[in-house]
Amino acid sequence: MTSSARYKSRTVKSEDGEEKEYVGFATLPNQVHRKSVKKGFDFTLMVAGESGLGKSTLINSLFLTDLYKDRKLLNAEERISQTVEIIKHTVDIEEKGVKLKLTIVDTPGFGDAVNNTESWRTITDYIEQQFEQYFRDESGLNRKNIQDNRVHCCLYFISPFGHGLRPVDVEFMKALQDKVNIVPLISKADCLTPAEMRKMKDRVREEIEKFGIKVYQFPDCDSDEDEELKQQDRELKESTPFAVIGSNTIVEVKGQRVRGRLYPWGIVEVENQSHCDFVKLRNMLIRSHMHDLKDITCDAHYENYRAQCIQQMTSSKLTQDNRVESPIPILPLSTPDVETEKLIKMKDEELRRMQEMLQKMQQQMHEQDL
Amino acid sequence: MASSDVLRQPDKNARPLALSGHVGFDSLPDQLVNKSTSQGFCFNILCIGETGIGKSTLMDTLFNTNFENFESSHFEPKVKLRAQTYDLQESNVRLKLTVVNTVGFGDQMNKQESYQHIVDYIDTQFESYLQEELKIKRSLHNYHDSRIHACLYFIAPSGHSLKSLDLVTMKKLDSKVNIIPVIAKADTISKSELHKFKIKIMSELVSNGVQIYQFPIDDETVAKINTAMNGHLPFAVVGSTEEVNIGNKMVKARQYPWGVVQVENENHCDFVKLREMLICVNMEDLREQTHTRHYELYRRCKLEEMGFKDTDPECKPVSLQQTYEAKRQEFLGELQRREEEMRQTFVQRVKEKEAELKDAERELQGKFEQLKRLHADEKSKLEEKRRSLEEEMSVFSKRKAATELLQAQSFNTSTNNKKDKDRKNSGFM
Repeated sequence: MTSSARYKSRTVKSEDGEEKEYVGFATLPNQVHRKSVKKGFDFTLMVAGESGLGKSTLINSLFLTDLYKDRKLLNAEERISQTVEIIKHTVDIEEKGVKLKLTIVDTPGFGDAVNNTESWRTITDYIEQQFEQYFRDESGLNRKNIQDNRVHCCLYFISPFGHGLRPVDVEFMKALQDKVNIVPLISKADCLTPAEMRKMKDRVREEIEKFGIKVYQFPDCDSDEDEELKQQDRELKESTPFAVIGSNTIVEVKGQRVRGRLYPWGIVEVENQSHCDFVKLRNMLIRSHMHDLKDITCDAHYENYRAQCIQQMTSSKLTQDNRVESPIPILPLSTPDVETEKLIKMKDEELRRMQEMLQKMQQQMHEQDL
Repeated sequence: MASSDVLRQPDKNARPLALSGHVGFDSLPDQLVNKSTSQGFCFNILCIGETGIGKSTLMDTLFNTNFENFESSHFEPKVKLRAQTYDLQESNVRLKLTVVNTVGFGDQMNKQESYQHIVDYIDTQFESYLQEELKIKRSLHNYHDSRIHACLYFIAPSGHSLKSLDLVTMKKLDSKVNIIPVIAKADTISKSELHKFKIKIMSELVSNGVQIYQFPIDDETVAKINTAMNGHLPFAVVGSTEEVNIGNKMVKARQYPWGVVQVENENHCDFVKLREMLICVNMEDLREQTHTRHYELYRRCKLEEMGFKDTDPECKPVSLQQTYEAKRQEFLGELQRREEEMRQTFVQRVKEKEAELKDAERELQGKFEQLKRLHADEKSKLEEKRRSLEEEMSVFSKRKAATELLQAQSFNTSTNNKKDKDRKNSGFM
């Protein structure tokens, strides 16, 4: 995006060699860049999966910080009937003048209890709450400082110790597929040999298709991009779900200090592409598709939620005064209580019935008079 | 196989005698060994662990064969157990090995009932042995002992601690079977993490009162190695049936881009320790423990449930036969009483029914009489009416005759008059 060259020449040569007058809106990308750097970015990432699959380690490796310094892990007996919690960590990180406010939403307790039916409900409720809050803020009068807490991406960790997806994985992803961008990952990838890894990925892809789970799809490259990018894009798509390894420790390999795991039989390097897909994940998540994830959240998931919300509100108003959907969105003063809505609907029904009866009686009287 | 004491208490009535020569009964252990070798040995292992955690692969690696297991799916609705029996032979020792695997363990959303199937299976094996023991004509030495001698519990290598399901299941099983916990897929954990993980697991087991199998330390020949091994529990194992060429030898290993994990390398994992402890050193002890501790506990609980006691209310020792006879008499008495009751009830019912029927008969009779009387009444009334009617008729007919007579007389005179008139009239003309 360097258009400093364009600054210099006032005239631009078009395709057929003629010189055109230079207007100057080619600098728009620069202006956008400058403004966005000033404003700063925000990103909310949710991590979900059973305990012990390496979620915290991966986040530390992705963002090269230590987010989970004083974490207390529960014992097994405490986890027998544990409920799912939502914990948010917010950090401000900066790189080359670009500020990023990163929020990590953690879900400890998911999949840990002995009875896990509907354990995803807490998580879906949280996501919907964020949507609702944004909806209210957006419909409010003072919209200057809207804070966007909507979850932009959910990294779901699949256990590598099984043969593929488990019932709890399928249920979770199906419950969240329409609310958030799901990126499934195979965690602790150093447990599978390359052949086993290929089998596992194929299996997981098959099962995702079989159960009709909508995971985040990478946008296709434009057809006029160069071949190298297209190749990269293809490779990226074929290696989903990503098999990742995380590490909190730094080891020395061939004179270099890298993040890795030290074993008696060798050293696993986190950033080595032949060892795992960590680099691909990082590139996808941070370096190329972060904004796309935000866009899909805003354009697809949030809009779906908003449309649903409005539809619910107007359908309860329709029975009262026969007006079709009003152009101004009706501000929800309080969260529509399901119980009172039902009551209102019942009362409306009763009213209608009584009106019908009245009409019939009037008719009868009229006939009698005749 | 009565319980064998390792340390024999010196009998008070027997005095120790010194031998002046070689008698030869020191060959008794050899005779025993020969006998048991010719009989063949029997060993049953239960493997409990999540689907895909490596149970079948570890069994294949341990016994150096291919047991032909197939992958199970994650979507089983309930936990099932699959048992397969194999005949193995090494040197001249025959082993009848039964491997029982759990299918679908840890996959359901609600795992509260997962342990129940396993407990039921173990109890069933104990029950069938108990039944065989209590038979009148029994053949214990031919009996295929299917009781579980060892239970390998596969812990997932999360690196943090036990899962809640593991704790709940092991607590239910520790009094029924010898539990040997192993950390599966141990090539995912680095050495330092492994150390912390093992300590955490053992402390959790101890604090929750789970009794896992401890290798016996009372036999001096193996006490030293067993004590050392007890400190390495739970064993971190890696299983593999594929072979990799390492320095001219083909060894069982797993090949990664970053290195090769050798299964039989003690530096890499505890597989060799597990094999030694489970098979080479303590197999017989596992069988013995199963019989003397777990089976006896089951048997005692079961018999107490059925009502047998070792001493009757007056604290005199009661043998099984006496108790059994007493129970039988009780049962027969009960049976007779019930029969009597039934018979009496039957007689009662019959009487009642008879009385009812008699009542009905009487009623019917009464009604019949009534109707008959009514009928007779009506008939007499009718007769009377008829008589009166006949009387009337006769009266009427008499009157009628009288009137007719009168009429006839009057007519005669009138006709005479008329004749005269007619003559008169006609005379005029």
